[in-house]
Amino acid sequence: MAGFDKRVDSYEAALAGLTDNMTVIAGGFGLCGIPENLIAQIRRLGVKGLTVVSNNCGVDDFGLGVLLKDRQIRKMIASYVGENAEFERQLLSGELEVELTPQGTLAEKIRAGGAGIPAFFTATGYGTPVGENKEVREFNGRRYILEQSITADFAIVKGWKADWYGNVVYRHTAQNFNPAAATAGRITVVEVEEIVPPGQLEPSQIHTPGIYVDRLIQGRFEKRIEKRTTRAA
Amino acid sequence: MALTREQMAERVARELRDGFYVNLGIGIPTLVANYVPKGMEVMLQSENGLLGMGPFPADSEVDADMINAGKQTVTARVGASVFSSVESFAMIRGGHVDLTVLGAFEVDVQGNIASWMVPGKLVKGMGGAMDLVAGAENIIVTMMHASKDGESKLLDRCSLPLTGCACIKRVLTDLAYVEIADGAFHLRERAPGVSVDEIRAKTAGRLVVPALVPEMKF
Repeated sequence: MAGFDKRVDSYEAALAGLTDNMTVIAGGFGLCGIPENLIAQIRRLGVKGLTVVSNNCGVDDFGLGVLLKDRQIRKMIASYVGENAEFERQLLSGELEVELTPQGTLAEKIRAGGAGIPAFFTATGYGTPVGENKEVREFNGRRYILEQSITADFAIVKGWKADWYGNVVYRHTAQNFNPAAATAGRITVVEVEEIVPPGQLEPSQIHTPGIYVDRLIQGRFEKRIEKRTTRAA
Repeated sequence: MALTREQMAERVARELRDGFYVNLGIGIPTLVANYVPKGMEVMLQSENGLLGMGPFPADSEVDADMINAGKQTVTARVGASVFSSVESFAMIRGGHVDLTVLGAFEVDVQGNIASWMVPGKLVKGMGGAMDLVAGAENIIVTMMHASKDGESKLLDRCSLPLTGCACIKRVLTDLAYVEIADGAFHLRERAPGVSVDEIRAKTAGRLVVPALVPEMKF
């Protein structure tokens, strides 16, 4: 068991070895399913020059937005930054390097990276600025562009439940980019709401098998809601 | 009279078919869900990883872990499934979604669409729009026919950075329903009380007008 026990006892230990100029993939969509405590720990570490790969970049005062505000991010690879005014400011002023990447291409880049596939062809972005300076190939009469996969020094992931072996289950749409992110980190760190003893999770229900997970920690989550929308009672 | 946002949604909803899996973009497309004809079942796909999106939650049902692609809290209907972003875009790119409805800044006679960026002014990112237009066979674009100053958004050639090329065949504006084929817009229907002349005046790209252009009915 010991060799497979992925639990660490502090957020310091969870991100030990994260240093300046590293690449970090973060799971999450908007503020849903983001590894909020691991992000807060990156802020405490004060590391700089990071390349961050994430669908969004949080909001001004929560999630990855706090790393942006502290100027810890040198380059952002993301598909949508609409909610973050500071992001748009740093982008337009040239302070932040940004690689805007179509959402499906971003997901596939991370999936491919984790699966040992260095690049793939997709029709997404052909004939647009995204396709500029990329190799084009025709298959069955349609044109596709070559996109390279992504891996990272660290992947930070938010799960719902996990066992000590690092088998992870996600909840509802908090899944999003998390399972792909978990596969693509040289060191993958998962924080969850609850760690359970091995045997408690149904093997056929596991989303992320423990082989992908290096470190596991249980955290407390604010789970901030970006756009609380309800129907009339 | 130009169509209201609600009328645009209602008109688009007439293109729904029983058993369709449908992806609705943000804005007017989202409203289409309110006009699904009675007795028809459609399943809404939200690209953050939900197939079978239900109505907004009651106050007591709000769950931070259940949102749509617009980041709004939602519910899942009976028969729904949740999955990863990878899976979600496999559905989209793989052509498994029956109908995609999304907004645009500009479209042109070649079926090109621009919807994600105004250089120097507005940079929000493309999100899933490039994957959606590349993957879908059946797309309806909803947009304003012209800007507030009367400048046409139906062009010979898009002026803004593209979202996708040669992928749009159907456009519903506040003034008209047009199809794109053979390098031209083909006028199929006009909004109630809107003249062919007004549509012609507000369409910069080549417009083909048949002898009869029926008025939409609501």
